[in-house]
Amino acid sequence: MRMWRRGLLALAVMAVGAVAWAAVQQMSVQVRTGQLRATPSHLGKVAAAVAYGDRLTVVQKQGAWYSVKDARGRTGWIHESALTTKRVVLKAGDADVAAGAGGDEIALAGKGFNEQVEGEYKAQNAEADYAWVDRMEAMVVTPEQAVAFLAAGEVVAKGGAQ
Amino acid sequence: MKPRNPSLPAVLLLLAVLIAGCASVTKLGTQLGQGAGAISEEQATSINRSAEALEKTFADITLEQEYYIGRAVAATILQTYPAADEPAANAYLNELGQALAMASDRPQTFGGYHFLLLDSEEVNAFAAPGGLVLVTRGLVRCCGSEDALAAVLAHEIGHVQAKHGLRAIKKSRLTSALAILSVEAARNLGDEDLKQLTADFEGSIMDVTQTLVNNGYARGLEKEADEAAVAILGRVGYDPRALVMMLVRMGESVKPGGPGFGRTHPTPQDRIGALDPSLANKPVVADPAARRARFTRAVGDV
Repeated sequence: MRMWRRGLLALAVMAVGAVAWAAVQQMSVQVRTGQLRATPSHLGKVAAAVAYGDRLTVVQKQGAWYSVKDARGRTGWIHESALTTKRVVLKAGDADVAAGAGGDEIALAGKGFNEQVEGEYKAQNAEADYAWVDRMEAMVVTPEQAVAFLAAGEVVAKGGAQ
Repeated sequence: MKPRNPSLPAVLLLLAVLIAGCASVTKLGTQLGQGAGAISEEQATSINRSAEALEKTFADITLEQEYYIGRAVAATILQTYPAADEPAANAYLNELGQALAMASDRPQTFGGYHFLLLDSEEVNAFAAPGGLVLVTRGLVRCCGSEDALAAVLAHEIGHVQAKHGLRAIKKSRLTSALAILSVEAARNLGDEDLKQLTADFEGSIMDVTQTLVNNGYARGLEKEADEAAVAILGRVGYDPRALVMMLVRMGESVKPGGPGFGRTHPTPQDRIGALDPSLANKPVVADPAARRARFTRAVGDV
């Protein structure tokens, strides 16, 4: 009886450990394009890009930055805002969904409020100015351009980057 | 030896594991707990209820869905406040805005941050979820310098960062939309589901747009956005007091209760009063000639 109880406790402790370990070890990219930087700073040089749904292995964390490695072995620092602990599932009926992974563990890409729903909304709201929203999204400033802009305006960060 | 019920600590620990692992298995956990006699039915109901409530808040909206909400909110606002097709001003707003967003607590959103000048005399700005920021001519004119304009954009980034727009969405719509989503996990949507989802989407856009254009946020959220602005300005190297200077100028041109910020924001005096008083003691940040010149060139005559 005692042993049975102890066994249950040990199992529970192992389960806690497993959950915590899994949550820390792997994270998914939750933005369209995530930036892998050379240093844990918003001024760090962008070394590579990772895509929506990519699984990254966490090496360490420093403030809001994760040091990660992707499936291709590329490494870098990525801001926590680009990551989720959930597994991003790219297709409905994916093995993860079929296996019954709960809503808290997965995020369905392309589902819910998506391109199809936007299409329906556009059809019903012809005056909504999506043309300018698209033009707006086409105005892209790269991190390098933003850094150059600050330098040209002699904007200098006090106490270094965050 | 007859098997006995597991001890209370063991059951609670197991429950904690289950809750931490996945809210949707909480029910199973509470059933186990009840069966073992460790928790009462009442306690089980309460645990189940709070776990379900957790599943239906604005925080459950994925960044991808936030992106589609933001696009629709921006497209809807642009119906009333047309875009100003001025490439130089818009390029400048995007360079400045991107430099600020990068240093925010949320540098990455699904579709990134983008900024646009609105052809309106009203003193106003809107941050659509996900990072589509719209600023009127009237507001840009209130800014006497790049630092002051940076304060305006940083305040809007503060709203995006804290997902204030999404908080305006009524809970009933999220509950409905997320229920459909759980069906969608297993198969593609039928016509009825798509119709309901579109209605939820439309309702959500209305909730956010109403708040941005007519009702405004609660004072506490405006204070949060102002504090985020001060933090961002400091990190990047702009003068955090530029926010105060901008608010003073705005106070001269905005009538309380009038259109734009007069209706949706606390008075500039109230906002200044809510800021950290130590701001006044911060060292003065220079406004070099190169910065003044490009500000005048880009938005000097908007």
